[in-house]
Amino acid sequence: MWRRQAIALLALAGLFDALYLFLYKLGVVGELQCGTGGCETVQASRYAMFLGLPVALYGVVGYGVLLAVSLAATHPAFAARRTPDLLLAALASLGVLFTLYLSGLEYFVIHAFCRWCLGSAAFMTAIWVLTLPAVRRRL
Amino acid sequence: MKRFYVALGIVCAGGVAWLAYSALHKPEQGLGPNAPVPVAVADGFKGFTLGSDSAPIEITEYSDFECPWCAAFAAVQMPVVREQLIATDKVRWRYREFPLSVHKYSRLAALAGECAGEQGKFWEMHDLMFGEHQWADANTDPTGVFHGFAQQLGLDLTKYEACVSTQKYAGRIETSYEEGEARGVQGTPTFFVDGRKYQGRATSDALKALVDSVITARHAH
Repeated sequence: MWRRQAIALLALAGLFDALYLFLYKLGVVGELQCGTGGCETVQASRYAMFLGLPVALYGVVGYGVLLAVSLAATHPAFAARRTPDLLLAALASLGVLFTLYLSGLEYFVIHAFCRWCLGSAAFMTAIWVLTLPAVRRRL
Repeated sequence: MKRFYVALGIVCAGGVAWLAYSALHKPEQGLGPNAPVPVAVADGFKGFTLGSDSAPIEITEYSDFECPWCAAFAAVQMPVVREQLIATDKVRWRYREFPLSVHKYSRLAALAGECAGEQGKFWEMHDLMFGEHQWADANTDPTGVFHGFAQQLGLDLTKYEACVSTQKYAGRIETSYEEGEARGVQGTPTFFVDGRKYQGRATSDALKALVDSVITARHAH
């Protein structure tokens, strides 16, 4: 149960991280607190859009779904069920793959790093790691 | 379970507070459309050039870094112009600033270009600002983006920032704009071939055809 709670907390933090980048993209947030200028370079690059939508929006939706599933999974009615763990693992695996793709773009193509994107990558990786033991146990 | 909800509440409150703070404390967009233009003495600068000083023909381009047509020209046509006209010593290319007032960050971009030029990297900055043109669609202050470009080009960032923030070359840019207006520039990009306003299509092929015909005509006389 503590893992599902930890995933919910990390997903909530990730949600705010992605929301911050999305609000910047919408012009609601004027300047990213980044320090290096790398955030704007990444956000202004053509890779900040994926299939016509801002990458940050995928983060908002992804973390939102992870948060909803993990919160539901903490309910006593789901305590003994394996479905939430498998669902969380599947979602986190997708998230980690997308994160790897984005981090690869930052390193190899854009040559700039956005701290908020790296933060999101850390949240998603931690969530994925937390889903592994439950999946191993239940397979 | 109670501790979990407390932790959830703390993360939630922290996140909401951070987003609210970021949205309400927007930094001054000091070089936006309504920013004051400092009175600066024009320094007689006539624009950055590419190509040989002895090239028989000079093409002057009045351009605006935020303009999408200028970006398309820079990305698609300019590489061919450089290869076929500039590298072959047929043309000297001169870039003049013409920041249109309809564009929110043109003047800031022009300053970034001039300040990169101060350190000998105008054309490199020109290529980055036009090549990575997403900043023009983002509708957010591109100061940080340009800072990133300056960093990428290896500029002295302290010098660059001081140059931009003091609007060191505002007078130069204004002079260039007024010069363009006086010459009848109404939009960007506008080209002058040996001082004559070019009315044809803004393509490398059309420019090459014109340049070749002028050179041929001169040789015939």
